[in-house]
Order: sequence, then structure tokens, then C-alpha cells
Amino acid sequence: MSDIIRDDGRKFDELRPIKIEAGVLERADGSAYLEVGGNKILVAVYGPRESYIRRLLEPNTGVIRCRYNMAPFSVDDRKRPGPDRRSSEISKITADALRPALMLENYPRSMIDIYIEVIEAEGGTRCAGITAASVALVDAGIPMKDIVVGCAAGKVYDEIVLDLSEKEDKEGQADVPIAMMPRTGEITLLQSDGDLTEEEFAKAIDLAMEGCRKVNEIQKEALMKKYSIE
Amino acid sequence: MIHVENKDLVIPGQILADDEYYSGRGTFKENGKVCSSLLGRVSLRNKKIRVIPLKSKYVPKKGDVVIGKIKDVRFSMWDLDINSPYSGILPAFEVFGREKKELNKVYDVGDVLFLRVVDVDEIKKAKLGLKGRGMGKFKGGIIVDIAPTKVPRLIGKKGSMINMIKDKTNCKIVVGQNGLVWVKGNEDMEQLTREIIHLIEAEAHTSGLTNKIKNKLYMAIDGELPPEEVEETEEEFVLEKPKLQNFKEELEQEELEQEEKEAEEESAEETNEKKEKPDISEVIEEFKRKNKSKDGSLSYSDNSNNSFILNNK
Repeated sequence: MSDIIRDDGRKFDELRPIKIEAGVLERADGSAYLEVGGNKILVAVYGPRESYIRRLLEPNTGVIRCRYNMAPFSVDDRKRPGPDRRSSEISKITADALRPALMLENYPRSMIDIYIEVIEAEGGTRCAGITAASVALVDAGIPMKDIVVGCAAGKVYDEIVLDLSEKEDKEGQADVPIAMMPRTGEITLLQSDGDLTEEEFAKAIDLAMEGCRKVNEIQKEALMKKYSIE
Repeated sequence: MIHVENKDLVIPGQILADDEYYSGRGTFKENGKVCSSLLGRVSLRNKKIRVIPLKSKYVPKKGDVVIGKIKDVRFSMWDLDINSPYSGILPAFEVFGREKKELNKVYDVGDVLFLRVVDVDEIKKAKLGLKGRGMGKFKGGIIVDIAPTKVPRLIGKKGSMINMIKDKTNCKIVVGQNGLVWVKGNEDMEQLTREIIHLIEAEAHTSGLTNKIKNKLYMAIDGELPPEEVEETEEEFVLEKPKLQNFKEELEQEELEQEEKEAEEESAEETNEKKEKPDISEVIEEFKRKNKSKDGSLSYSDNSNNSFILNNK
């Protein structure tokens, strides 16, 4: 079964080509640009800054807010601009996925804003968004326990495969996006959409974690490349 | 065992060393391993590992000197932006003492001041003061902002870097520990200084930077390299608290100019004080009476407190 070739010519455990660049925006405190397959995502991080929303601030730690937004031209049929149910959900799960890695005890009553803009979408934007957002957070100089990385696995034509493309996501039977901290192996996001048996689910998670580790290497490279001495 | 070398670039979550090393700033210990929590460079000193961040936000610390911009004038204090997640306040009594004046006639919104952090409270709000040489409002000049972690590098060992720039460009430069730098001089020189400061920020981690900057300055101003080779000063990656003595020397000139005016004012004040001194107890009593009549709200009022009370109602 490991010899199957997918529609786009990938093996079952092969990621789409991925490119990450750190520190692309001049005026943001931290930023990152990510391309994976047909996805193009730009993330800006502002903060820690004074919280201007009083009800949000915490007296003993900093808080993060996240906004995931898809550009109207990011998908084939024009997307109605503005927040909708899907983007509110992804905003929330992204913030939740990143929060365990942040060490904000030294910045009480402050706020960090993360803006994820999807310029082009082709399946797996939530994982790509998390991956890019954590690079941007590191770029902003925010203390973190580990770099969070997201990756999905799923079931397509009765096979468990890594990193679903848009087509595979639509035609496939299941999609399991996860986010994890690679050093400790802690999973910070786990969603599952579709039907999977117990074994298939375990297999999908193992595969996705493997994918996360590969993507993590690229994240590290991007940061090293941006800031290492020539 | 240690996995990194001094000055290595590290990223959050990277394992730096095993248990026998101490975890310093920018690192944390987990499962017997010392890990980095920041994007920065390793600083190793006797088994103590620290990570010096490449970028960071300024967190106010008592005793620091900072540059702040007034963003609001309130009843008895100014609100200042000190390039930090936490705002600063300058209470009116730090400026006037007991005297009463209209606040916005002294410093208004948009004014840039050189201040000292007098105190930081538990919610990290910085209380600022103007006690110290050269503290007060800046007139003219430009503000350059750099990462607060690069401030020691800009100043150099005993002010070597900053003094060199000052001498060569004839600019007045004041560095705040919150990463704001005030530069005043000839317009072209201001721009050159801004470029030089940004260059220092970008190359803060390289060694022999002072000489490099020196050559650059001479090339830009004289069009030739400096005449004699200065002895090789081994530039260390020092990040101790910068010595700020250089400001004083720098500001002495300005002070001399102001001294005449001040002397006049002071003498005037002194005479006032002499008049006041004998009946100071009366003044205090009067003050107390006033306080009682106004329910103690005279001394200090905080907008946040007011809003809280309103909410309760």
C-alpha cells in the first residue's frame, strides 16, 4: 500500500512543497509568509502591547487574540468578505493551539494580536496558518516553550495519506488536522472530520505527527536563514 | 553536556544543555534539559546559559532612563507612551512639587521627554520622574527607534561607540533604555546618524563593530579612512546595564546654557522658600483642611479608579 501514487503524484507520506519566510513585514513586530502547495498565507504579529480591551486582559499573564481571514480572491468562487462561521472557528482553534507554547508570565495585562491572511487557499489552510503564525511569533521575539506546527492527515480512497490537498479533502472520506509541539510531542490541536476506524485514526495521527516534524525542520531553517550571520 | 556554543543563534524550544548547566534569562528547564525560550544568541558564562533576544519589548524597570511621548494630559498627571506594552505616568507633583499649574501649558500631547523610571508597580505601570541631569522636554531633533536589547551595543564600552558618533557627527544624542534614541544636529548629520544607528542595530552581534562604524563614519564625512590605526579594543558581547554617564557630559553644555536662566529661577525660588519656611506648619494644616473638605480627592485621582466606581454604581 505504501507504493500508491496520489492524484498529484505524491506518495502517501509526502508533503506538498513548502516554503516559509520569516520577517517579511516592515511594520509588524513579527511576521511570516508561507507557501504550501497552492496555499499562500501571510501572518502578522503585533505585541505584546497594552491591552485596549479591558475585559480581555488577565492580571497575571498576557493574552493572545487571533484573526483568520480569507481574501475574497483566495478561492475559485469569490468568497464573501468578512468573518463567517468557518473563519471564527479557525481563529479560535488557532489561538488555542498556540497558547500552550507561549510564556507570557512576564507580560501581565498585555495583549498579542495575530492576523492570519489567506491570500490563496488550496486545502489545509488552518494547519498552514498555525505553522506560519508560530514562526511569526518567534520572529516577534515572544518567549515560547516550543514552535507549534500544524499538519493534517486523512483518508482518501480508503488509504491514510498525509497533507491533503483541496481535491483530496473534498473527495476523501476523512480529514484529521493536528497541531503539536515537536520537542515534547504534545498535541495542541486535534480535529477530525469524517469516518475513521480506531486503527485508521491512530495511523492518521502518527502520520500527521511525522509530517509535523518535517514541517518543523523547515520552520527552523526559515528562522535560521533570516537571522544567521552571513 | 552542552549542545551549543557561545553566540550561537537559537530558536525557542531548542535544547541547549543538560542538567549540570544553570538556566538563565531567556531559557527554561524542562525534564532536566535547559531549553531556549527566545529567538536569540547564546551567552555562556560559568555554566550559566542565557539567551539574549534579537527582538524584545521594553519592560519598565526601576532606575532606567527612558524617552517617552506624551499621549494624554489628565487632571493630575501625564500619560506617556514609553515604547513598551506598559504605559508610563508622570504625576504632576514630580514636576511642580506642591505648586499648582495647568498641566497642558507645561507639557502637551505629542511632546517628547527624557525621564527616569521612579517606580514600577505590581501591574507594571511605570511611574516616571524628571529628577536628574538633562531630564525634561526635547526641543527639535529626531527619534530613532531600535530594539531595547541593542541599546548596550549602541552605547559601547564606557560609551565608546556613542561618543565616537557624537564627536564625528556633531549631533546631540540621548539614548533611552526603552530603545528610543533622540538625535539633534545638522539635518544631514541627523539622517547619517539615523543610518549609523540602524546599522549598529543590524550588526550588533558582529565583533569589531566600533572600528567598522568608525571607518564608515569617516568615509561618509571626510571621504577617507581614519588616519591612524587605533589599538584593537576587544569588543565583548557585553549586555550589562549600560553606563549612562555619557548623557551627563553631553548634556552639560546644554545645562550651562540653561544655568543662567535656572540660576535666576532658583534664586527666585529660594527667596520664596525662605518666605515659606517659617510658617510651613501652617501650610501643612491648610493643606490638611483642604483635603478633609474635599474628601481626600485633592491629592491624587486616577481615571481608572473613577471609572471603576462608576461601574459599581
